[in-house]
Amino acid sequence: MLDIKNLHVKLEEEDKIILKGVNLKIGSGEVHAIMGPNGSGKSTLSYVLSGKGGYEVTDGSATLEGAELLEMEPEERAAAGLFLAFQYPVEIPGVGNMTFLRTAVNAQRKARGEEELSAGDFLKIVRAKAKTLKIDAEMMKRPVNVGFSGGEKKRNEILQMAMLEPKMCILDETDSGLDVDAMKLVSEGVNALRDAGRSFLVITHYQRLLDHIKPDFVHIMADGRIIKTGGPELAMEVEQNGYADILAEVV
Amino acid sequence: MAQLQAKQDALAARIAGLDLPRGGWSAPARTDALTRLSAMGLPSKRDEYWRYTDPTSLTSVLAPSAAPFEYSDEKMVFTDIDRLRLVFVDGVFDAAASDDPAMAGVEISRLSASGDLHWARDLFGVLETRGQTPVQRPLAALNTAFATDGIMIRATGKAAKPVSLIYLHKSNTSDAILHHCIKVEPEAELTILENGPAAARLNMVMEVEVAEGGKFHHIRTQGRDHERRAVTHIFARLAANALLKSFTLTANGHLTRNEAIIEFAGDDAVAHVAGAAVGDGAFHHDDTVFVTHDAERCESRQVFKKVLKNGAIGVFQGKILVKAGAQKTDGYQISQALMLDDDSQFLAKPELEIYADDVVCSHGSTSGAIDETALFYLQSRGLPKRVAQSLLVLAFLAEAIAEIEDETLAEDIRIRMENWLSRHEGK
Repeated sequence: MLDIKNLHVKLEEEDKIILKGVNLKIGSGEVHAIMGPNGSGKSTLSYVLSGKGGYEVTDGSATLEGAELLEMEPEERAAAGLFLAFQYPVEIPGVGNMTFLRTAVNAQRKARGEEELSAGDFLKIVRAKAKTLKIDAEMMKRPVNVGFSGGEKKRNEILQMAMLEPKMCILDETDSGLDVDAMKLVSEGVNALRDAGRSFLVITHYQRLLDHIKPDFVHIMADGRIIKTGGPELAMEVEQNGYADILAEVV
Repeated sequence: MAQLQAKQDALAARIAGLDLPRGGWSAPARTDALTRLSAMGLPSKRDEYWRYTDPTSLTSVLAPSAAPFEYSDEKMVFTDIDRLRLVFVDGVFDAAASDDPAMAGVEISRLSASGDLHWARDLFGVLETRGQTPVQRPLAALNTAFATDGIMIRATGKAAKPVSLIYLHKSNTSDAILHHCIKVEPEAELTILENGPAAARLNMVMEVEVAEGGKFHHIRTQGRDHERRAVTHIFARLAANALLKSFTLTANGHLTRNEAIIEFAGDDAVAHVAGAAVGDGAFHHDDTVFVTHDAERCESRQVFKKVLKNGAIGVFQGKILVKAGAQKTDGYQISQALMLDDDSQFLAKPELEIYADDVVCSHGSTSGAIDETALFYLQSRGLPKRVAQSLLVLAFLAEAIAEIEDETLAEDIRIRMENWLSRHEGK
């Protein structure tokens, strides 16, 4: 599904190197988690994959089902099946949540050469999916993320994911700012989307999210590289001992 | 004094070829306007009030040539609205192209109508004269003196449908001076729609008197033509419990100066003046607003948004004057520009002058670029950059468009905006 090879990235405006050769291969239907201390490059990896400006790729590649992502515009990556659930979903005053979602769904369908959804069909689907995430009609009418609580914003991200039906989902610290119940709700939303044709990359600081979204593989990232890969037990190890032991082991 | 002399000389040259109508009910007001105008002369670039907008092309003897807009794929705004249409071609009323001006609750006459239009006589030039202090507005006085056409509308009840003034521009050299008077009687309600470029050069004055409990809605679009020039003044006076809502959409045009002079004369009245302007290239757009609170518990809102690119210039001069005794005034003013590149300019002069001690007045003015974070967020969901940008521009304009009460009319304006944006995408 996703194949990242030797990815080197620096900040565009300064000589700060953030990713120093990331290698990661995610197979179809797999769930991978990336953990790591602050500043290790986790969020940068998610931004570079989804095409945010301000970064310069100096080496390496990232392909989604064989297509080079790094040469695409952000919207082309989305149409190709990539989705990033933001750590900090952006508030957009003046743009209705429903309008935004429908425009996004139809833009992707159009880009893939599929027929656009009619207003009626769209409404039916979005209502059903919103309900399982406990997102009410009132929230759908409000401007995108404006006045949403932390939990509402994250649920809204998952709703977008459910509507856009991407192949490769990246969740960037989706657990940050969530209480236990909200985390459970969001995780259920994610788990409902798991299937053989869809892969996940879950970025998190803490093991507790991985209790709900069970990963197949766990990677530890530090200083711009993936330094260790293992199964779910690796997350437990981090939870108990912190990163220090693992970092020491590698150095 | 040399400066005043130069302004008076410019006036003499400007009016040498114009006729001052000597007969009819409007004659005394016209003679008075000419006397006032002669003392002022024409505005010049050196006037403080014209600091950001050069009036030269508005005061020159001949109107600078302006080609009418040929593009016609898009149907005209308000086409699908049920309305009473009054058509002007290059500033001249075209009865044949207009609807029968008879409608329950409304009396409609032409400025040139014979006989004595007593209610209009009490309004024509009266609000314009009041609006000359504390700031001189010579182009409005010139209009009162020399207006060649215009419509006098009096609403005595709730108008069955909007009165729609349609201004067609066909001649490259047309120089129109239009003067409308509108009287909304107690508890009456009227909506005026205006659209079209009118002429190569337009000088338009609208005097609006809203009596107790009356409601006046005004939705205007000034679009299409790239080369036209226009100066417009709306002078409005509101009695107790009256309501006025005016919205203007401006797209294109070399030069547009829209002045709104609003006076609260009765308590508990509400006036909202809003504008959305979109300019690409040789576009200079000026909103100049003066709101005077001279009564208690009145609410005024000024909401002006401009989207500028490729060297377009936006100007906002907005003032709220709260006189002593105008307690519990609620005044709000916001002017914002969205600059789509580094070449554009926004010049803003927000002013508050308050002599009452129990009022709430707020104002803000900002200029900025498209929010890159929001743009990326939308793109990451699959919206092409241009679509995402248009969505954000529309969102920026939304607060101004929200001042239109009628949702059908607001939607019509939104569609115009979307069409304009899609025609002006990219560089």
